Amino acid sequence: MNREQALLAYTLRLADNALILSQRMVEVVAAGPELEEELANANLALDFIGQARMLYTHAGHLEGRGRSEDDFAFMRDEHEFRNLLLLEQPNGHFGDALVRQYLFEAFYLHLLESLTQCADPGLADIAARAVKEVKYHLRHCSKWLIRLGDGTELSHERVQTSLDEAWRYTGEMFEVDEVDEVMQSEYAGPDLVAIRALWQSEVTATVAEATLTLPGEQWMASGGKRGQHSEHLGFLLAEMQYLQRSFPGATW
Amino acid sequence: MSKQEWPLYEVFIRSKSGLSHRHAGSVHAADDQMALDNARDTYTRRSEGVSLWVVRSDRIIASDPAETAAFFEPAEDKIYRHPTFYEIPDGVENL
Repeated sequence: MNREQALLAYTLRLADNALILSQRMVEVVAAGPELEEELANANLALDFIGQARMLYTHAGHLEGRGRSEDDFAFMRDEHEFRNLLLLEQPNGHFGDALVRQYLFEAFYLHLLESLTQCADPGLADIAARAVKEVKYHLRHCSKWLIRLGDGTELSHERVQTSLDEAWRYTGEMFEVDEVDEVMQSEYAGPDLVAIRALWQSEVTATVAEATLTLPGEQWMASGGKRGQHSEHLGFLLAEMQYLQRSFPGATW
Repeated sequence: MSKQEWPLYEVFIRSKSGLSHRHAGSVHAADDQMALDNARDTYTRRSEGVSLWVVRSDRIIASDPAETAAFFEPAEDKIYRHPTFYEIPDGVENL
C-alpha cells in the first residue's frame, strides 16, 4: 500500500464514521425525550454530516476520479464502508445511544486533535474545524452519562447495561492496521497507542464520576475497519440510500 | 414511570463583547449545566452570542402586575428627571 492509497483509505474511514453515526442520530429526530434534547441531538448530528461532507469531498480530490460526496455516501455498498462497528449499532433507548456516542466522542476528540498536526493539509484543516464541534459533543455526552449514572436507581442500572453492551465495540477503535501504520509513518498521523491511553483515562474518570463500573477485559468485536460489518449496517444503508438508488441524481 | 416537567430557566445572551446580556427566551432543563447546554443549542445556533447566562425562572423576583400603577406611573409626570434641559454644544454627536 503506497502513501496515497493509505491517505485515501484513512480519509474515507473518518468520513464513514461521521456519516454512519449521524444517520443513526437522525433516526431519532422527532423522538427526543424533551424538546431541548431533541434540538441538541439534531445539532450534533448536523455537525457530523458537515464533517462527513468535507471528508468525502476531500477523498474525492485525493482519489482524482471525479467521485462526489454523494457518490461516496449513496452509491457504495455495505462492504465498501469502513466505519467502526460501534457506530452502526442500533439506537436502543436513550442511554444506549448516549453511551455509544460518548465512547466514540472521547476517542474522536483525541484523534482529531492529533490530526490537526498531520502532514496532509486538507485533513489537518478539516480536523481543526471539527475539534471545536467535538469538544462540545464530548462535554454534552459526559454530562448526560454522569446524570444518568448518578441519577435514579433505574437510570443507573439501565445505563450500566448500556455501557456493558457497548464495551465490546471499543477495542476496534485502537486496532492498528496497515492504513494506520502508513498514515502514522508517512503523514505524522495519530498514534493509536497514545490515544488509547488518553481515552482510557478520560473514560475511567467520567465513568467513576457517574458512579458506574468500568467493564473488565473481554473479547472485542472488530471488522468495520476492514468492511466486515454487523447485520445492522445493511438496513441502515438501505434506508439512507434508497432515494438516490431509485432515482439516481434526484434533487429538490 | 412518572412524567415530571423539568424546571424552566430564563436565557440571556450577550451578542458581542461590550454589550449587555439580553433576555432571549427560556428552556427546560433538569439541572443548571443542562440549562446552559440547552440554551446554547436552542438560542445560539446561528452565532447569536458570545456569552450566555441562565437562571431558574422561579429564582427571579418580578414586579407584581397588579401594582403597575403604584410602581411605574408616579414617574410619568416627573419630566425634570430627564436630562432634556441642557444646552448641547454643536458638534457633540453622542450624548
